[in-house]
Amino acid sequence: MSTSKLLGRALFACFLLWAGDLLAQTEDAEAHQLLTVLAESSSTQKKAAVLQIAGSGDVRSRGWLESFANNKLGRIESSGQFIIVLENRGRNWTVESALTGENLGEISRRDIDTVRVNNALRNELEGILSVIDLKSPEEHSRLTAARALKGSVDGTLAERLPELMNDEKSDAVRAALTEALAIYKVEEQGDVAAVATLSGSLNSEARAALQQAMRSDDAALVAAATEAMASIEQKLTLNRAAETLYFGLSLGSVLVLAAIGLAITFGVMGVINMAHGELMMLGAYTTWGMQQLMPGQPGLALILSIPAGFLVAALAGVAIERTVIQHLKGRPLETLLATFGVSLILQQLVRTVISPLNRTVITPDWMSGSVMINEALSLTLNRLYVIGFALVVFAGLMLIMRKTRLGLEVRAVTQNRAMARSMGIKATKVDILTFALGSGVAGLAGVALSQITNVGPNLGQAYIIDSFMVVVFGGVGNLWGTLLAGMALGTINQLLEPWAGAVLAKILVLVFIILFIQKRPRGLFPQKGRAAEG
Amino acid sequence: MWLTRPLQERSTRIFLGVLFAALAIVSVLHVFMPQDSALYVSAYTVTLLGKYLCYALLAVAVDLVWGYLGILSLGHGAFFALGGYAMGMYLMRQIGDRGVYGDPILPDFMVFLNWQELPWYWLGFDMAWFAFIMVLLAPGLLALVFGFLAFRSRVTGVYLSIITQALTFALMLAFFRNEMGFGGNNGLTDFKDILGFDLRTDATRLGLFIATGIALAIGYVICRGIVTSKLGRVSVACRDAEARTRFLGYRVERVQLFVFVVSAMLAGVAGALYVPQVGIINPSEFSPLFSIEIVVWVALGGRATLYGAVIGAILVNYGKTVFTGIMPDAWLFALGGLFVLVTVFLPKGIAGLLFKPGKSRDASNTPSAQEAAA
Amino acid sequence: MSIFQELTNRDQVFEFLTPATSPVDVRHGPILYLEDVNVSFDGFKAINNLNLTIDDGELRCIIGPNGAGKTTMMDIITGKTRPDTGSVWFGSRHNLLTLSEPDIASLGIGRKFQKPTVFEALTVFENLELAMAADKRVFPTLTALMKPEYRERIDEVLEMIGLKELHHALAGILSHGQKQWLEIGMLLMQKPRLLLVDEPVAGMTEQEMERTAELLISLAGKQSVVVVEHDMGFVRSIARKVTVLHQGSVLAEGSMDQVSNHPDVIKVYLGEEA
Repeated sequence: MSTSKLLGRALFACFLLWAGDLLAQTEDAEAHQLLTVLAESSSTQKKAAVLQIAGSGDVRSRGWLESFANNKLGRIESSGQFIIVLENRGRNWTVESALTGENLGEISRRDIDTVRVNNALRNELEGILSVIDLKSPEEHSRLTAARALKGSVDGTLAERLPELMNDEKSDAVRAALTEALAIYKVEEQGDVAAVATLSGSLNSEARAALQQAMRSDDAALVAAATEAMASIEQKLTLNRAAETLYFGLSLGSVLVLAAIGLAITFGVMGVINMAHGELMMLGAYTTWGMQQLMPGQPGLALILSIPAGFLVAALAGVAIERTVIQHLKGRPLETLLATFGVSLILQQLVRTVISPLNRTVITPDWMSGSVMINEALSLTLNRLYVIGFALVVFAGLMLIMRKTRLGLEVRAVTQNRAMARSMGIKATKVDILTFALGSGVAGLAGVALSQITNVGPNLGQAYIIDSFMVVVFGGVGNLWGTLLAGMALGTINQLLEPWAGAVLAKILVLVFIILFIQKRPRGLFPQKGRAAEG
Repeated sequence: MWLTRPLQERSTRIFLGVLFAALAIVSVLHVFMPQDSALYVSAYTVTLLGKYLCYALLAVAVDLVWGYLGILSLGHGAFFALGGYAMGMYLMRQIGDRGVYGDPILPDFMVFLNWQELPWYWLGFDMAWFAFIMVLLAPGLLALVFGFLAFRSRVTGVYLSIITQALTFALMLAFFRNEMGFGGNNGLTDFKDILGFDLRTDATRLGLFIATGIALAIGYVICRGIVTSKLGRVSVACRDAEARTRFLGYRVERVQLFVFVVSAMLAGVAGALYVPQVGIINPSEFSPLFSIEIVVWVALGGRATLYGAVIGAILVNYGKTVFTGIMPDAWLFALGGLFVLVTVFLPKGIAGLLFKPGKSRDASNTPSAQEAAA
Repeated sequence: MSIFQELTNRDQVFEFLTPATSPVDVRHGPILYLEDVNVSFDGFKAINNLNLTIDDGELRCIIGPNGAGKTTMMDIITGKTRPDTGSVWFGSRHNLLTLSEPDIASLGIGRKFQKPTVFEALTVFENLELAMAADKRVFPTLTALMKPEYRERIDEVLEMIGLKELHHALAGILSHGQKQWLEIGMLLMQKPRLLLVDEPVAGMTEQEMERTAELLISLAGKQSVVVVEHDMGFVRSIARKVTVLHQGSVLAEGSMDQVSNHPDVIKVYLGEEA
């Protein structure tokens, strides 16, 4: 161990011993002095300055160190005033005073001297910040900090931990600390008793510690570690299954979104719309367009894109219905060809007018990141939103079809066009509305897709065959069938992927559907009765 | 005899006359005109025309199933590509040790992928007769298995179209994989010679062009023979009233299977002739877009006429050559517009414009006329 | 029976009217049995415990209000619809429930649809040619030649159905009544043992109806004929035995007079012609 590291450890130990509760606020002058030392000391001495700040017990110290770690702590050249950068885009940066927290507005970035941090120090800062957090009055911060300690406990901290655990009121935090300590004990001391604590833990550091223990010479330790490892493996398998299911459902909900509009136009109207994928593409481009119109507010733009995408795609759908499809009534194969032509035109239109390259759609903050279920399983938020969105759209469509006048008329026209007309239903109007609805849903699918895939002219093509497969698999004209089929195909695809690879999985799913259609030509939920015969 | 019957009808004689005259004129202009003459046909043009003739044969195959059987196959590109790959494998083996890596057995891409020996399905492709049989057998077998499953369970109409599209899509994904042993992305290329003739010489190119013309003639006569036979009338019956045909005692699924397999084999032959002329076969021939494009050639020319398919294939591909030369961006607009315009405004295609509506089925097709001819 | 036999004697002239030899075993009497047949669509019982027996050479009329299950019954016999339970036998050898539509047609059951279904893109002559009893497998069909004797048979039928002048016309341009005749002609070309005729006289003039009646009567004896018809006048003119279907099962059976006086039938048909 090098001298500098030893010195660092010693200093760290000191800091741990006299770090008090974060209640006091030092005098501004004193604080300014602390920061000046940090800013002006050479990179080797910065650590001492950091520990001094951490040990100052100032409530603001955490904020200073965090912004320091993120390169956001700076000094205004002219006045020497310390500031924290809030927003560092463009020429002028928005800043606030480091001491008073007062917003100082925008300052040219040339006037700001950033307090430099090096990578080695930044890594250590994480540990230091987590110890500060262990003292935080907020349980949430303490928990995050305790979890971060797993695998990074050293001898000094290990001595200090039992005391911290005693003071700890929250069970969750205490459990995390216990595990962190156990990892240290297994790793460094080969403590057999500590192995039991790690049994069933999903933490990767805990597994690493156990694997190390399994290679030791101590037979008792090896046996205990092997046993603990087995229970972990079992739990991991479960979690992996849950993760596959999640990915499957997430892919499935994309398929459902893409297919459900088709289920309406194809299933209810008997119209094959090969341009359906391009209507999705329009929805995705609408999202991109909205974000261009409202720079800096990607979230709001995204939410507004939901109605806008629906409207754009629905209008495009109506245009297609009026100009092409209505002339081809009763000729499904010709409709297929003509709408395929429309899809080529729309693709090329986007390439010519916007760009042949993919566009970037920003994912708003509240949709990025993930929800951690446990240490081996975390669910990405954007996919969670897409699943939710798909279910909401599905429920909405179900309501429209079952509970509204339009739904009733659509079902009537589907079952017996002539009869429905004689009852005074305007079949043409129903056609237009149905098509608008199906197309609008395609637009919604496009809005959702813009959050999880590239937005480009080929977006629609990538999904059209899959979504037709979903409709065919689920049974034409059955929304529930579409839901089930989409989710099932998504899950099957994800299940196959680990051992077959993405491409082969896709091929296998296609082959499966081709074979399935042989057995049940009308899908999972066929329409029954005389209407479906002949 | 069902195969000789078409030779006695006027329309087939005219078709064959025009085709052979075109072959003769192009050959003469290519061989005997001085290179600086305005009438000289370059080797490039000969190959281009040969490509059009391959497409024409493919279109005839599609018209046979779509026009006369009512089966809109959006996967005929797959049969075309399989025939092409069979031929490509033969041409690859003909390279021998003249490849970049100089391996006497393994094609370059296998050496590149560090394969030690030839996969079993590449065996035999060094023999021309075996490869040529596979040109028919590979697409034929796929059509047989796929058609058997689909027609047995009475999958027809748009369902069948969508599934054929999925079929070619799945094959495209499969052929893109290097592990399949068909050269992955790049496909098969760098061919040297065919049956001992150097592919780069003008004479070989002209020979391939003429061979394609003859293949088109034979393919046309076979299709014409089928459609003018009683089986052809049963096909039309299946197309228009499947249930009724069944109640007359015909096994509709077997009629469909027979015609579908014949059509797939013709498509395979077209693909096999296409590959040596363009010098490459890669998975893009499996793309759903290509398959659906074929259908538009047929729709433009006129369904259920066979000669219309030939006209449509040549016209659209000539248009494509011209368009992509002067304004490549506009080609997809033109193609998309063609899809819409033909289906909405020209349901009978060019053949429908040439001949008065109502006489779409020429009189020579009726049994009594055949009787007079026989 | 005797007067009809006289009428049928005339048919000996027409070679095509004698049934094709089929292996149907009618030594035990009936040519068609339906026993305890049930079919339901989505919970709706279209056929409910139907029992029906047709004797060899019989002419049977089946009447019944809309939705009585007449067409579904035809679908079951010809293999289009499979019943949920029950058994259907053709003669005493062939279980129709195990056979496909083409098999059933080849065995000798011909069907005329309610809505006339002819091949509109083919000529009248070609329609009859396709219907002609022949080897209907793929390769024999591909190599089939039009022999003079086939032509004669087709010409004879053309004569009978009154479409001789139109034999080169596309079937699509025929009037509704002409299509009806063409379909009957196709049925004759098939030379079936059992003819199922669904509403043969819809769209026909009075005279044509008479000719149809005459034809159907002449067929009976050699062939068995089942006629489903709404037109009571027509039924009365040909009927010997009438079966009344109601809600998927047999309500009454007997002569026209018997069934039209049957109290249940009167109840069902209250306000209708019968």
